[in-house]
Amino acid sequence: MYNAISVQDLTKHYDNVIALNHISFEVEKGQIFGFLGPNGAGKSTTVRILTGLIKPDGGKAFVMGFDILKNPIEAKQHIGVVPEVSNAYVDLTAWENIILIGKLYGMPPQKLKENATNLLKEFGLYEVKDRLVKGFSKGMKQRLLLCMALVNDPELLFLDEPTSGLDVESARLLREKITQYNKDGKTIFISTHNMDEANQLCHRIAIINHGKIAAVDTPENLRAQSMELQYIEVAFNKNINLQEFSKNPSITKAVSKGNKVYIYTADPPTVIEFLVEYAKENNLRIFSLNTMMPSLEDVFIKLISSKEAIIQ
Amino acid sequence: MNTFTEQFKRSLVIAEKNIKIYYSKGPVILFGLVFPLFLALAFYIGRNIPLKETLPGLIGMTTFFTATAVGPSIVPWETRSKTLEMLLSRPVAIGTIIVGDMLSSFIFGLIISVIPLALTLFWGIQPLNFIILLLGLIIATLCFAALSVLLSAYPPTDIPATSMMLSSLVKFPLVFLSGVFIPVAQLPYWGKAIASISPLTYFTDMVWKLFINNGFYPLALDFLALIAFTVVFTFATIKLHEKTLAKRLS
Ligand SMILES: Nc1ncnc2c1ncn2[C@@H]1O[C@H](COP(=O)(O)OP(=O)(O)OP(=O)(O)O)[C@@H](O)[C@H]1O
Ligand SMILES: [Mg+2]
Repeated sequence: MYNAISVQDLTKHYDNVIALNHISFEVEKGQIFGFLGPNGAGKSTTVRILTGLIKPDGGKAFVMGFDILKNPIEAKQHIGVVPEVSNAYVDLTAWENIILIGKLYGMPPQKLKENATNLLKEFGLYEVKDRLVKGFSKGMKQRLLLCMALVNDPELLFLDEPTSGLDVESARLLREKITQYNKDGKTIFISTHNMDEANQLCHRIAIINHGKIAAVDTPENLRAQSMELQYIEVAFNKNINLQEFSKNPSITKAVSKGNKVYIYTADPPTVIEFLVEYAKENNLRIFSLNTMMPSLEDVFIKLISSKEAIIQ
Repeated sequence: MNTFTEQFKRSLVIAEKNIKIYYSKGPVILFGLVFPLFLALAFYIGRNIPLKETLPGLIGMTTFFTATAVGPSIVPWETRSKTLEMLLSRPVAIGTIIVGDMLSSFIFGLIISVIPLALTLFWGIQPLNFIILLLGLIIATLCFAALSVLLSAYPPTDIPATSMMLSSLVKFPLVFLSGVFIPVAQLPYWGKAIASISPLTYFTDMVWKLFINNGFYPLALDFLALIAFTVVFTFATIKLHEKTLAKRLS
């Protein structure tokens, strides 16, 4: 059994920019794999290599068991793609667009018509199927692109920032569909810079920055790995001097904002005991005390910048 | 499954799409047909040349201009309208897309070229051999179609007008150097030398011979030259686009 995607040591330069710097990862079949990174991280470059559009300078990649460098056409036969920068033909109707794509996969006409009809119905475009795409809204165009990517019933779907620029409702609908298609057995590779999206959708997430993979794991594990990013939010009845806190070895950093103190620690129970003790000694009352888990965003920022940046 | 024939079928799908999108537009017809007609009129009016002798030039130009009318702008246009990456993500080779673009230019050129051909028959002017003329027309149209797509390979612009303009810089001098207005046989020796490197020369030469029996090269050479140009253009077009296409992805 092979993985849906296997990437080994991919490298890509553009003139003097290193777009990808020796990246490696695996995507198992049946997963939704998130590729999370800021602008210019190398997400689209990765997608373009994995979908056979550009050649890497070094490394290997296998897509559905096919070497994408040696057998790009065979590999592409098994996948569906919605590129980041793409559009349907605005001078054709929705129906003509989807049929065109099906024919490019060499689909038999009967099966193609059947799939096209079902998809257009499912994505709420059947009523407008004979209208030129020119008049479609951005959300409709994106739904059509997804229909076009799904028409060949692909085992693996690549989506490069599929929800960027969509309104909340369209984005939600798209995410629902992605989850549903994944439940039907499709593997999905989705690139995004939206933390919530990755958190909600993905089984595994790779965090990429400056062409390097900073981490690959489940959203839960990524959070757990960054336990020092946990913090305790505490409010006393008086303003206090933070000097004493920084002496405590369990506390990474303490800052006060308004009437609250934020205490970063990898070991919340010890710090809570310390805080209670401290309040007693100094005749303070604790109004509120919360232990906050790091959000995926915290982890992300930690991984793509230095650790200090977030704690400050 | 993805044999040569399967990819060729997909080229036809792309050609069909091009004809639907790019060739159904008014300006294309204008450039392909009306324009060469006026160019011919401008040249012949007042010169007292028999109608029959305007035909080779007219057929040559119409074929040349129609077959090259849209070709240079298809790839830039697809880049601009963001359909190129969408298309390239499908199981088609770059060559498949390029051949599809060539085929659409070819089919369009062939259909429009029928018009001046029909006019000649309407005026009762008979070529010496109609079948040979038709074969020549087919191979010449294919050759010009390949040239037209080649003209968009470099620079990898996403502005159709730029590539149209650059292609005009190649197309217009070719018309004047290819025995369209004056048969090759009547050109001075340096004119003959320059004309020999233009594919259009061999087609007009063929047409002069078939209508007026005033050819310069042997008919077989005309054919061979056109076939050679077609092969070279097709190969160069695919290779060059393979080189520059990645630069079109922004
Ligand atoms: N065609 C190109 N020519 C030159 N440099 C490029 C090209 N494409 C990408 N790059 C550079 O490679 C790096 C990675 O780009 P890429 O498009 O993969 O980023 P991304 O993660 O998709 O970003 P975004 O979120 O903005 O889409 C960037 O520094 C970018 O400037
Ligand atoms: Mg991108």
